[in-house]
Amino acid sequence: MTAWLHQHRAALGRALRRLLQTPFVTLLSLLVIGIALTLPATGYVLLSGLGEVSRNVSGSPQISVFMAVDASRKEVAEIEGRLRRAAPDAWRFVPKEDALKRLQASEGMAEIVAALPRNPLPDAFVVEPANAAPEALEVLRKELAGWPKVAHVQLDSAWVKRLDAFLRLGRLALWVLAGIFSVGLVAATFNIIRLQVMAQAAEIEVARMIGATDAFIRRPFYYYGTLQGALGGLLGAAFAAGIVALLRGPAGELAALYGGSFALPGPDGGVVAALAGAGALLGWIGARLSVGLSLRRID
Amino acid sequence: MIVASDLGKRYPGGFEALAGVSFTIEAGRMVFITGHSGAGKTTLIKLVASIERPTAGSLVVNGQNLAALRRSVIPYVRRHIGMVFQDQKLLFDRNALDNVLLPLQITGLGRRESVRRAQAALDKVGLLARAKAMPVALSGGEQQRLAIARAVVNRPALLVADEPTGNLDADSADEVLELFAEFNRVGVTVILATHEPRRIERYRPQLLVLDHGRLAA
Ligand SMILES: Nc1ncnc2c1ncn2[C@@H]1O[C@H](COP(=O)(O)OP(=O)(O)O)[C@@H](O)[C@H]1O
Ligand SMILES: [Mg+2]
Repeated sequence: MTAWLHQHRAALGRALRRLLQTPFVTLLSLLVIGIALTLPATGYVLLSGLGEVSRNVSGSPQISVFMAVDASRKEVAEIEGRLRRAAPDAWRFVPKEDALKRLQASEGMAEIVAALPRNPLPDAFVVEPANAAPEALEVLRKELAGWPKVAHVQLDSAWVKRLDAFLRLGRLALWVLAGIFSVGLVAATFNIIRLQVMAQAAEIEVARMIGATDAFIRRPFYYYGTLQGALGGLLGAAFAAGIVALLRGPAGELAALYGGSFALPGPDGGVVAALAGAGALLGWIGARLSVGLSLRRID
Repeated sequence: MIVASDLGKRYPGGFEALAGVSFTIEAGRMVFITGHSGAGKTTLIKLVASIERPTAGSLVVNGQNLAALRRSVIPYVRRHIGMVFQDQKLLFDRNALDNVLLPLQITGLGRRESVRRAQAALDKVGLLARAKAMPVALSGGEQQRLAIARAVVNRPALLVADEPTGNLDADSADEVLELFAEFNRVGVTVILATHEPRRIERYRPQLLVLDHGRLAA
């Protein structure tokens, strides 16, 4: 057991030494792997940031129910009664007088409103339904639209639905991208390790003839590929963090234009660990494939 | 003790490099394998060092029949045999000490103990002062002695060498032969292949003379 541990430590040490012996080559390899992981990583961070927004917004979707302008008090009371009976999560009545007052308060509108012969605005209800699922909202919207003297029903969460669909598409694209870049990473590692094996052909030949096991010869390459992948993953995480930091300012301004606030989060510890882990796994796979094939050629 | 019975080696191309070779080597002997170029000396050395496998007969070294070894145990058998290659196979990307450390890394010995032993082996061949030298900076005789240090660092009971004096001037060759004789004096079985058996009588060696892959009487 201690011998086994010792051998692995020695192999790890040899792999580290090989990485450090050629710092320039190592740096280039890490860049290749890091960049391959940057795009999927950045995409993931951005999408989960947007997903957070859509979850927050769609948590309180609103349905605005506008009465016909000529609806009488009685007809409005009828709708109010129905809403109470349908017992949605919450709703409130916005009388047309209030709506007009609010319009008057808006900049530049006061004079226009004063010039109007009569209030052109309808009474309205703002409903916050319990079930925020897009399908349920649609059903509710249709039902409300069918009630008497209801002129128009506006689903405020339509854009959330659009965002949701966009996010789903984005996630799919992200997975496809991640898959392609994973294959690229394995291929890059394969090639790097193949060159390593070739550069060390003399050592491998001698080592074999004086009693090295296959495991002894392979292990340092596995560690090399795994380490390189993990470090490349960390580099990818750093790149992604940098890109997100660059986007944070503009994204906040964009959100402010729509009256919201949106702080784009960088890659968290979980994402960083996942990137390092994915890099390590893919690097290990590349090294395994490469060592298997390259050593057969030397044999 | 090494016992060959009806030993044969046919190379993949079909060429029969050794056939019907039988001999016994007692432990602690000094043995020279001689014969013309192409007689099969290297082949026999490689069989003894378990670098090549016999294709006929049996070859028992340290109680193990090398003709019937499982592939997975071959590395462990090789570790008990010190091998000096005809072309030495030194690694030119590392210094003398690191060359000698390789067999110890393979056996998994700790770093500190490994360095101690490698230095002892270098000392034995008179190269301790050149421990940090790169192989290219060593003379032919020194390179050969470095190869011997690497072969003995695991303290094998059997030391084999293929044409160890092949490319050396007379003085260096004598030095190297004397070195092998010293290991033999402390009990190591030594088998050397050479196509020019000069001044070897003084070691009163056992002679194995090969002729076209067969043992001459
Ligand atoms: N790997 C090989 N494949 C085919 N033939 C070989 C191989 N190695 C050696 N031979 C042949 O076997 C014969 C004996 O070779 P070798 O053992 O090297 O002889 P020596 O060392 O006595 O000069 C030679 O004819 C050589 O061509
Ligand atoms: Mg030869």
